[in-house]
Amino acid sequence: MNFINLFKVAMTAIASNAFRSFLSMLGIIIGVAAVIIMMAIGQGSKESIRGEIAKMGTNIITIRPGAERRGGVRLDPSSMQTLKMEDYESILKNKKYVTYVSPEVTASGQCIYGANNTSTTIYGESLDYLSIRLWSLDDGDFFTEEDIKKGAKVCVVGATIVKELFNGSNPIGKNIRFKSIPFKVIGVLRSKGENSWGMDQDNVIVTPYTTVMKRLNAQTYFNTITCSAITEEMTDNAINELTDILRESHNIKDGAEDDFRISSQAEMMDTMSTTMDTITVILVVAAAFSLLVAGIGIMNIMLVSVTERTKEIGLRMSVGARGIDISNQFLIESIMISLTGGLLGIILGWLGTLACHAVGLPAIIPLWSIFVSFAVCTIIGVGFGYFPAKKAASLDPIEAIRYE
Amino acid sequence: MNSEQNKKVVIELQDVRRDFKVGEEVVHALRGISFRIYEGEFVTIMGTSGSGKSTLLNQLGCLDTPTKGEYILDGVPVRTMSKSQRAKLRNRKIGFVFQNYNLLAKTTAVDNVALPLMYNSKYNARQRREAAIEALKAVGLGDRLEHKSNQMSGGQMQRVAIARALVNDPAVILADEATGNLDTRTSFEMLVLFQKLHAEGRTIIFVTHNPEIAKYSSRNIMLRDGKIREDVQNDNIQSAAEALAALPVNQDD
Repeated sequence: MNFINLFKVAMTAIASNAFRSFLSMLGIIIGVAAVIIMMAIGQGSKESIRGEIAKMGTNIITIRPGAERRGGVRLDPSSMQTLKMEDYESILKNKKYVTYVSPEVTASGQCIYGANNTSTTIYGESLDYLSIRLWSLDDGDFFTEEDIKKGAKVCVVGATIVKELFNGSNPIGKNIRFKSIPFKVIGVLRSKGENSWGMDQDNVIVTPYTTVMKRLNAQTYFNTITCSAITEEMTDNAINELTDILRESHNIKDGAEDDFRISSQAEMMDTMSTTMDTITVILVVAAAFSLLVAGIGIMNIMLVSVTERTKEIGLRMSVGARGIDISNQFLIESIMISLTGGLLGIILGWLGTLACHAVGLPAIIPLWSIFVSFAVCTIIGVGFGYFPAKKAASLDPIEAIRYE
Repeated sequence: MNSEQNKKVVIELQDVRRDFKVGEEVVHALRGISFRIYEGEFVTIMGTSGSGKSTLLNQLGCLDTPTKGEYILDGVPVRTMSKSQRAKLRNRKIGFVFQNYNLLAKTTAVDNVALPLMYNSKYNARQRREAAIEALKAVGLGDRLEHKSNQMSGGQMQRVAIARALVNDPAVILADEATGNLDTRTSFEMLVLFQKLHAEGRTIIFVTHNPEIAKYSSRNIMLRDGKIREDVQNDNIQSAAEALAALPVNQDD
């Protein structure tokens, strides 16, 4: 029998058992919709996080103290004092793949202006800080080389500080007090909002690193050194370069462990992507199980259908249907059920994705997920239809025609 | 039989045997059957249950193959054919009429009749329909083309089944107890139809346990215990139409 005829026969069979066919389709519909929505949410979240990280600069490299042991005891990295002024100078002198460098020292505490106060973090940085962070000023100026040399008590403030301490009025030229030391506000940072893990990026005060080291913390080491590679692609080269510079400057012997740790934003992005991918895979696998169950449902209904239509099969065989004609007939029927289900599932999944958008969940349907759904549905149709179809084809026409 | 020697042989059985294994035992359903059926014959094959009648019908219908011996249908030896080859042979050379009609449910008369042609790629949809309409007219159902099988009486359904057997212009029509499910009157109507087809030159084999039918056929083969007990020409074929006319008129009609 040719395929047009087979198709017609399958259509007739599905139509004459419309409700039953719909019920077996329902499994596929729900399964495919679930897979598509899960993939869309996975993809959407991943892209929103990537976007978030990209906004902070994808070529950022952070150097932290780390891995120091004293008598076999590994120390808490934040208490380590391995990043020194010499390191910073050595990097500045030897850098090739690194554009900007900023040593960072931080202090947290209460900040006061007039009757207002807020809890915030003060970042001691170099002039390169804004370039590294892809940040800019809304108003006023950044501090200068001169300010760094002197350890000047000047600062630029984030939007949250302006809001909390100055109620939104212009803070330039005003003096705020952090740990009883007065700082003159010389600039206002452009607002960045919250990042994807909910940290307020505007609740900051930036001041020369020398100021924090000398006047606030009285420390001679840096908490971290932040650098930026020439481009995102150069990040690995830059990391190697920084490692060499620091090992040299720390006199670390060959084979000994680094006493610092270098991580890059690109690495972080990869980690986030991998994490999101893992979550997506878990979600999709869970949804895929419902597809498997749906496939079993189709197989079940096809087996019932073969038994129910034994006599019809016997008749078709006696008027000249070959085994292959019969198996094709049932195979096409199951493929049609699963493909129709798949198509409806894709539509439902698409509506579901729109609904996710409406409630603010980032969801993007990757185009390939539609092709994958279709392919999976075909595989289900063939895979789970094969056994019933083979059973139908192997019936003995003599017995089938007399089956009651 | 001299008169038939010039005629074409449609069916030839040469010492056909069929054994079935039932557990350890071997049952000999057919123990060496040989006969020829010529074009245009109306043969009844009779026998009690267990005589090998159904087994012989399955052989003649190419649904089964002989254990030994040879069966030649319209010049084609069947025994060594594969399943799909036999399916094709059934499609082109045989028209089946079953006791319980075996029509597709919820399907129109035309579509039921066209079914065998679905498995013949030489026919397109239009040709299938034309052939089906012609066959339905030949059995007197020209006005019931689009009726579905559940909207018809037993007699009408059997007519559709006969039309389906005719639609591929087969070498032989095989009827298996074709009047078994019908009342006396309708049975005679069917016999009238079979006699009409016989008169038009069709070869018909009618398998039945009802000795009555033999009176209306041209030849009668009697089976017992898997062998032919009797194979006689009927020189005095009775008219089913006359018998039908002689029946007391039914109140329902």
